[in-house]
Amino acid sequence: MTSKTNAGESPREVAIEAVDLVKTYPNDIRALDGISLAVEAGTIFGLLGPNGAGKSTTVKILTTLSRADSGRAAVMGIDVDRQPDRVRRMIGLVGQHGAVDSEATGRENLVLEGRLFGMSGASLKRRVDELLDRFGVAEAADRIVKTWSGGMQRKLDVASGLVHQPRVLFLDEPTTGLDPEARADLWAEVLRLSDEGLTILLTTHYLEEADRLAGQVAIIDRGRIVARGTPEALKSELRGDAIVVELSDSVRNGHAAAVLELLDGVHEPSIAGRTLRARADDGARSVPAVLAALDAAGVGVASVTVARPSLDDVYLRHTGRAYRPENQEATR
Amino acid sequence: MTVLAQSAYLTGRHLRFFLRQPWFIGISLVQPVIWLLLFGALFQNVVQIPGFTVGTSYIDYIVPGVLVMTALFSCGWSGMSIIEDLDRSIMDRLLATPIHRSAIIVGLNLYSLVSFGIQALIIGGLALILGARFPGGLLGYAVLTVCAMLVGATVAAFSDAMALLLRQRESVIGINTLLTLPLTFLSGAFMPLALVPAWIGTVATFNPVNWAVAAGREALTASPDWSFVLIRMALLVGLAALATAWATRTFRAYQRSI
Repeated sequence: MTSKTNAGESPREVAIEAVDLVKTYPNDIRALDGISLAVEAGTIFGLLGPNGAGKSTTVKILTTLSRADSGRAAVMGIDVDRQPDRVRRMIGLVGQHGAVDSEATGRENLVLEGRLFGMSGASLKRRVDELLDRFGVAEAADRIVKTWSGGMQRKLDVASGLVHQPRVLFLDEPTTGLDPEARADLWAEVLRLSDEGLTILLTTHYLEEADRLAGQVAIIDRGRIVARGTPEALKSELRGDAIVVELSDSVRNGHAAAVLELLDGVHEPSIAGRTLRARADDGARSVPAVLAALDAAGVGVASVTVARPSLDDVYLRHTGRAYRPENQEATR
Repeated sequence: MTVLAQSAYLTGRHLRFFLRQPWFIGISLVQPVIWLLLFGALFQNVVQIPGFTVGTSYIDYIVPGVLVMTALFSCGWSGMSIIEDLDRSIMDRLLATPIHRSAIIVGLNLYSLVSFGIQALIIGGLALILGARFPGGLLGYAVLTVCAMLVGATVAAFSDAMALLLRQRESVIGINTLLTLPLTFLSGAFMPLALVPAWIGTVATFNPVNWAVAAGREALTASPDWSFVLIRMALLVGLAALATAWATRTFRAYQRSI
């Protein structure tokens, strides 16, 4: 495998770089409208957004499957357009829809993948056994993949992307359609791979997934990146926690919001029906004051909840739309 | 690693699938058997038409036609595998490996040719049982099979290219049907060209299917005119190579469109 990078170099080396990628499909749909991103080697980068936002198109360009109309991209410093074969040797791709051959056995899938990368003999066999073990599918290795569970097939899919020991792994919506247990399982595996130094670019429409796994995220909407940073930084851009109070009656609602205006550390109170919302610098500490103030004003309270800001809130703020992956899936 | 090795690995993948589906082998054999029995019975008496000078029985005459037609039908489905791989994203996975794009086409089409080879053996055996005699012997039959394979490789590449460009099963089915039957009937597959309207004869001169049928039929005679055979085989090799190169190029159009 060719490589121009060595252990001696700076740990802040950029593994994936895209500059101003533009892609328009023949039907005049602008899929990418100037995407730029940089992923540090050894980190997990989350590309977040609904279907059709441009996540998969970005991945296809970075993995040499598709070509951008303009802009440039490089993986480990190698231009994807000019030297696609060199890029292909460095990357593993785990596509959106479980790209394993379901009519072949698990072992056959991995062996074929290795052979296509020029591996053979004992070293290929060793690598395949190692991956089957690692992903906990060794027992099923010689069974036809269509008899495997969805979670196992997904693991095989990830394993297929790793046979040739890539430096960078692209995971395009790796947990879509998995049950929660299989999802948690895969998350653990992704974190383990990252600990071993693999650079991972992950696309997802699960905010929770990006929050859990990614050190850096970019939110992509209609072919543009609308926000980027660490999940924490993006969340802290929003002012504090969300406080939601359900009122027990609706008599003095307008008054209720006004009461909260007067409290220190509580912002943006608003009321809709019997639901009173506000943001607080520190939600847990503000609750007693909020309850006391409402009580003093004679407003009855049915319940109160405090939530840390989530990437949902970040998404809402940057795109002006609430995030509803279930609707997105229904349209696929 | 050479393109051929890469192709062979991919051929292996398709062959494993084929061998795991015994009914698949069965179905692929039914069709040529039906052609042979049906056409053989239907046209039994055409040998009595004055001017029908080739061979003594119609079954002798139609074996090359049935074989080439089977190659067309069998290889014309090649594009369906491409569409299945596209649908299951296996194509993306293959394209993300450093193999040469032509290996994907060649690997798949080699598989089509191997499975056609099995059909050719069965057809040959059945024809003998039905009383066909091949003065050209085993060599003649092998040459005929290779001629059929060369047309098959061309049709398979065409089918692959259409699959990559249109990405719909219906298109592959439609083109396969539109191509196979006219090409077969605009040739000497089932009727000597001396007995058909002149324009069909003229079209047949430029029809690769007719080149394969004529060369294969010549090879089955007692003393074949080998230059007649080899010229047609050379043309067929060139055509298969062109079609394969074209199919490989369609990956670029596919790449632009995704």
